[in-house]
Amino acid sequence: MNNTAQLLQNNKKRILEIWMQNQLDDEALRDDLISNEELRRQSEELLSSLASATASGNVENIYAPEYEPVTEILTDISITRARQGFSPRETGMYVLSLKQAISQVMENKLSDKPEQLYKELNTMHRLLDNLSMVTFDTFIKGREEVILRQNDEISEISTPVIRVWEGILALPIIGTLDSARTQIVMENLLQEIVNTGSSIAILDISGVPAVDSLVAQHLIKTVSATRLMGAECIISGIRAEIAQTIVHLGIDLSNIKTKASLASALQVAFAMRGVEVRKSNKNTGLNLLR
Amino acid sequence: MDRIPILKMGPYLLVTIQVDLYDRLALTLENDLINMVSKTGARGVLIDISAVSIVDSFMGRILGNIASMSRIMDAETVVVGMQPAVAITLVELGLTLQGVYTALDVEKGMELLQTKIGIIEDPEDEDEEVPDDDTV
Amino acid sequence: MILSKDTMQIVHEQNVVPFRNRVKELATKIGMSLVNQTKLITAASELVRNMLKYANGGKILLEIISNNGRTGVRLTFMDEGPGIADVQQAMRDGFSTGKSLGLGLPGAKRLVNEFDIKSKPGEGTTVTITHWKNGR
Repeated sequence: MNNTAQLLQNNKKRILEIWMQNQLDDEALRDDLISNEELRRQSEELLSSLASATASGNVENIYAPEYEPVTEILTDISITRARQGFSPRETGMYVLSLKQAISQVMENKLSDKPEQLYKELNTMHRLLDNLSMVTFDTFIKGREEVILRQNDEISEISTPVIRVWEGILALPIIGTLDSARTQIVMENLLQEIVNTGSSIAILDISGVPAVDSLVAQHLIKTVSATRLMGAECIISGIRAEIAQTIVHLGIDLSNIKTKASLASALQVAFAMRGVEVRKSNKNTGLNLLR
Repeated sequence: MDRIPILKMGPYLLVTIQVDLYDRLALTLENDLINMVSKTGARGVLIDISAVSIVDSFMGRILGNIASMSRIMDAETVVVGMQPAVAITLVELGLTLQGVYTALDVEKGMELLQTKIGIIEDPEDEDEEVPDDDTV
Repeated sequence: MILSKDTMQIVHEQNVVPFRNRVKELATKIGMSLVNQTKLITAASELVRNMLKYANGGKILLEIISNNGRTGVRLTFMDEGPGIADVQQAMRDGFSTGKSLGLGLPGAKRLVNEFDIKSKPGEGTTVTITHWKNGR
């Protein structure tokens, strides 16, 4: 058994104490995200697996099979921390503070043998530096996963289908309408038509920054699919500049019901459903009569 | 040989397609339906495709044919219950079933037929469902 | 990388429905969404119909492939029919030598992610389509 391993094995308790102290003293400690007991359990687990890995004699190659438990624990910790919202610094500090703790213990033990101390420190630093690389790699991977998931969520939430009245759905589109987005819009809309048995859908494009021939084509497709299902589709929220580009580009929307505002589209929808909206005499607000 | 059953309900014919149609079955259906329209003098044909998972251009053409042929014999055709995935696919394929009326389900299809063939006068006929200006 | 491989002979139209079911099985196996499944099966249906109509059948290769972490279904339609003289013309919407809507080839192309056609008059036609799991 080499010296590093022996030192780790014999002073596990002491190292853990110092390491925990280091972590708890650090200003960046996130006791809001992780409890002290949990932190101690994690740290002890990592230290034990590190001690048994170094016992094999290998203190260089962290990709060797004996280090698998170590990297596994580290990967696990980093990914969890990335998801929990730890900063890279906070995550990196975890391994780096272990390095400090081991250095401290080594200095104590080998204070009379400076040459050996230097060698041991060197080996140990290289090993732990490699391990902290693993932490960063996986931390970033964890963050990327978060970003991908958010991407999906954004496209989900940016296309809500709202039931505005019995049999009438409204779908405000916000942002650019590309073909991937159109697919999501179409699927959500058609599914909601089936679910609610609605016969009118209002597609509001007030939030769409520009309409070119491609976007128009996507709109026409959505309207056609809605009609195939047996529902009518009204496009509302057509601003002046959008009307201008549509005509200048020579896009034919004559087969599609279009309205300038969501309000007027709703009026048309009400008329189609035979619903009447009028002011009540008492003036207490809107009174809807069928 | 397999046949799709055709039900007569008052002035209407109702067909529910429950299986994936192969070509001969679809052609037989077209033939049977048109014969039934002529024999019974039906005023409307309701085709429920809610159980159909695939409509390709051949199936689309059969539906279009049934609608056009019935119209010549003074009967309107409504296709009801198309699945969302089928509708999206048909649009992508470039098939919009011009001249075929559509409705969400059999009940709404029946209502639509009633307004179309004038059993119930509906002053807002123009605003209903699929535009009928480019029908055959 | 090819994860699974299978071939099917198509000789008459009764083979079409089993073939479509086989494609559906593969698409379900890799977890393709319903809309993408429907697009793939509809495209396959168009192509197998073409194969029957113009070449009296042929052979279809069904594969699950994986490429850069994406999985998809690849179908290769091989026939020894008369071939297509002008592929570009055949790919145009509304062009047909038979009595169809002329949506088969261009429609199928719009429905899938990748489409490739090779044809020589007198030797036959090979069409390959690929659709990825998420449709992109």
